Amino acid sequence: MTDTVLSVRDLVVEIPTRHAVLRPVDKVSYDIKRGEILGVVGESGAGKSMTGNAVIGLLDRPARITGGEIHLNGKQIDGLTMSEMRRIRGKEIGMVFQDPLTSLNPLIPIGDQLTETMLEHLDISRSEAEDRAVAALEEVGIPAARERIGSYPHEFSGGMRQRVVIALALSAEPSLVIADEPTTALDVSVQAQIIALLKRLCRERGTAVMLVTHDMGVIAEAADRVAVMYAGRLAELGPVRDVITSPRHPYTDGLMGSTPLASKGQARLRQIPGSMPRLGNLPTGCAFNPRCPKAQDQCRIDPSPSLATCDGRAACWYPILAEATA
Amino acid sequence: MSGLVRVEGLTRIFDVSKPWLNRLIERLPKAMLTAVSDVSFEIPERKVYALVGESGSGKSTIGKMVVGLLRPSGGEVEIGGVNLAVETDPDRIEQVRSDIQMIFQDPFASLNPRWKVRDIIAEPVAARGGETKGLAEKLLEQVGLSAEDAGKFPHEFSGGQRQRICIARALASEPRLIVCDEPTSALDVSVQAQVLNLMSDLKDEFGLTYLFISHDLTVVQHMADTIGVLYLGRLVEEASPEDLFENPKHPYSQMLLAAAPKMDGFGREVDPPKGEIPDPINPPSGCAFHPRCPIAVDRCKRERPDLRTVRGARVACHLAE
Repeated sequence: MTDTVLSVRDLVVEIPTRHAVLRPVDKVSYDIKRGEILGVVGESGAGKSMTGNAVIGLLDRPARITGGEIHLNGKQIDGLTMSEMRRIRGKEIGMVFQDPLTSLNPLIPIGDQLTETMLEHLDISRSEAEDRAVAALEEVGIPAARERIGSYPHEFSGGMRQRVVIALALSAEPSLVIADEPTTALDVSVQAQIIALLKRLCRERGTAVMLVTHDMGVIAEAADRVAVMYAGRLAELGPVRDVITSPRHPYTDGLMGSTPLASKGQARLRQIPGSMPRLGNLPTGCAFNPRCPKAQDQCRIDPSPSLATCDGRAACWYPILAEATA
Repeated sequence: MSGLVRVEGLTRIFDVSKPWLNRLIERLPKAMLTAVSDVSFEIPERKVYALVGESGSGKSTIGKMVVGLLRPSGGEVEIGGVNLAVETDPDRIEQVRSDIQMIFQDPFASLNPRWKVRDIIAEPVAARGGETKGLAEKLLEQVGLSAEDAGKFPHEFSGGQRQRICIARALASEPRLIVCDEPTSALDVSVQAQVLNLMSDLKDEFGLTYLFISHDLTVVQHMADTIGVLYLGRLVEEASPEDLFENPKHPYSQMLLAAAPKMDGFGREVDPPKGEIPDPINPPSGCAFHPRCPIAVDRCKRERPDLRTVRGARVACHLAE
C-alpha cells in the first residue's frame, strides 16, 4: 500500500482538428499523496481543467488521451471503458465543479441525490443511506439537515449549494476529490467558508485533493504543493511556499508579480507583455519565450524544456535562482 | 468647488412582487426589494472612488443610477452640478451625458458582434453627429492595440483586447467620468494587470474621474483613492485604502478583509465568517449586519447606525471608535 493516490505520467491530450492536431495537455506528470492538496493554477487556456477532466474520464470528444498513464491507487485508469469509469467516478473520485447550480439536478431533492450516490457505490440499505445523507449534510454545515433533506437545489443559496455539492462529492468516501474552481462563483466571505470546509474534511479523511483555480490567494492558503500550467505544459511544480515566495520559472514569477496582492503600494502593477499563445500557433522552443524577459537563443530553438530535463521544479533552461537560499 | 460627482441620499427600490393575480389568489403582500438605501458620497475631479461589496450589496445599481440607466427612487445624483433626473434644459443634459461613459464587466456581451471595431468605437461620437474620421484608429493606439484592428470584428480579439476596445469606446466622447463596473473580473490576472495599468495611465493622461465598482478587494486597494464598503444597499464604511486595509473600523469591513485570501497566508487556518448575506426583501432590523456581527449589542438590533466620522473615516457602526 503506497501513499500515492493519483499518479499522472506524461499525460498527453490531443484534439484533432481539420488543420492540425492540438495538444491542450502536453506531457504532464504529477503525483498527489493521501491527505495532500495539490493546487493547479494557470490562466484560461492553460489546460488545467482539461487535465482534471482527463483524470475523471470526462473529456469531451474529439479530445482524447493519446499518451501517458494515469494511476489511481496503483490501478491504471486511463483506457477503461465508459461503464468501468462510471464505477470509479463518484466512488473513488469525487468532483466539485465551479457552478453548484448546474452540478445538481434541479428536479430532485438534495437528499435523494445524496442517497442515490451512496446506494450506487456503497453496500448499504436505503434507510442507512438516508441517515448517512443527513450526517453528511450536517458535516458540511447545513443547519437543520434532517428537515432540509427534501428541499430542492433552488431553495438554497449559492454557498449552501456548494456545500451540498461537497457533501455529494464526499458521500461515497472517495480517495481523490477534483475541485475545479470550486469558489469562483462565490463571494469572498462564502469562499473562505468553503475553502475552510474542504481543507478540514480532506485532512480528517485523508482525501487527496486536486484544486484547480486561477486564484493565487486561494492556492497559497489551501494547497500543500502547486503546479503552474502554461500552454498545456507544467511550468513549475513544487511546495506552495517555495513556488510563491521564490518562483523559478519566469512565467510563475510574472504571474505572482501581476496580482495586485503582490505589488502592494506600487503605482503600477508588474505585467507580462503579450498574451498566452493559441494552441494551434505555439512558438518553437519554450512556449513562453516570446513573453519571457530572460529568453535566450536556446529557448527559441530547443524543444520545450520539461521538469525532467531541467531541475525538477521549473521547466526552464534559465530558471531564476534566489541567491544564498538553497 | 465640490466634487465632480455628488450622490445624496440615493435610494432604489425594486418591486419584486408576483403578478397581481397570483398575489390575489395566494393572498401575498407586495414584495419590495431595497437595493440601495440612503447612500451619499462625493467624488472629487481626477480621483478614483471605489465601491466594494458582495453580491446583492447594491454596487452595480448605484453605478447604473450614476450614469442614468436607472432612475433613483429617492435622493439625487449630481454630475458637474447637473441632476439628470430633474434637469430640463436639453443642452445641459446633452453635455452631461457625453461627460459620462461606462465600462462593463463582460467584454463579450458589451460589444456588438456584427459591428466592426471602428464603428463600435466611433458610435458615441457619431450618435451626436461628431466628426469620427480617424478617431477609432487614434484611440486604438492609445489603448495599446494597432490602427489596423479598426477593420476587424470583436470575435477576432481575446478578452483583454476586447476590454481595451471597450475602454477606447468609453474614451471616444472625451468623458470626464467613467463608471467601471467590474472591468477586470472576467480577465486573467496577467491580463488584468495590463488593463489596470492602462486605466491608470489614461486617467493621468486625460484627467479622468473613475467610479470603480468591484468585489475584488485587492484590485480596489490598488486603484482607489477612496473606498466605500457596501452591505445590503448601505454604505457601512468609507475610508482611504491605507486606512481601510490597515485599520478597518466597521466589523463587516474587518470580516471581509480577514476572509480575503492572502498570498502569504500559507496554511492559514481562517476562522471563516459566520452566516450569509440576509434576504434584502426582509432585511434585519436595526443594523443590517447585526446577526453576523461578532460584537453586536442590543442597541444594534433596535437602532440603525448613521454614518459618522471616526478618525478620518466615515463608519456606520454604534461601537466604532
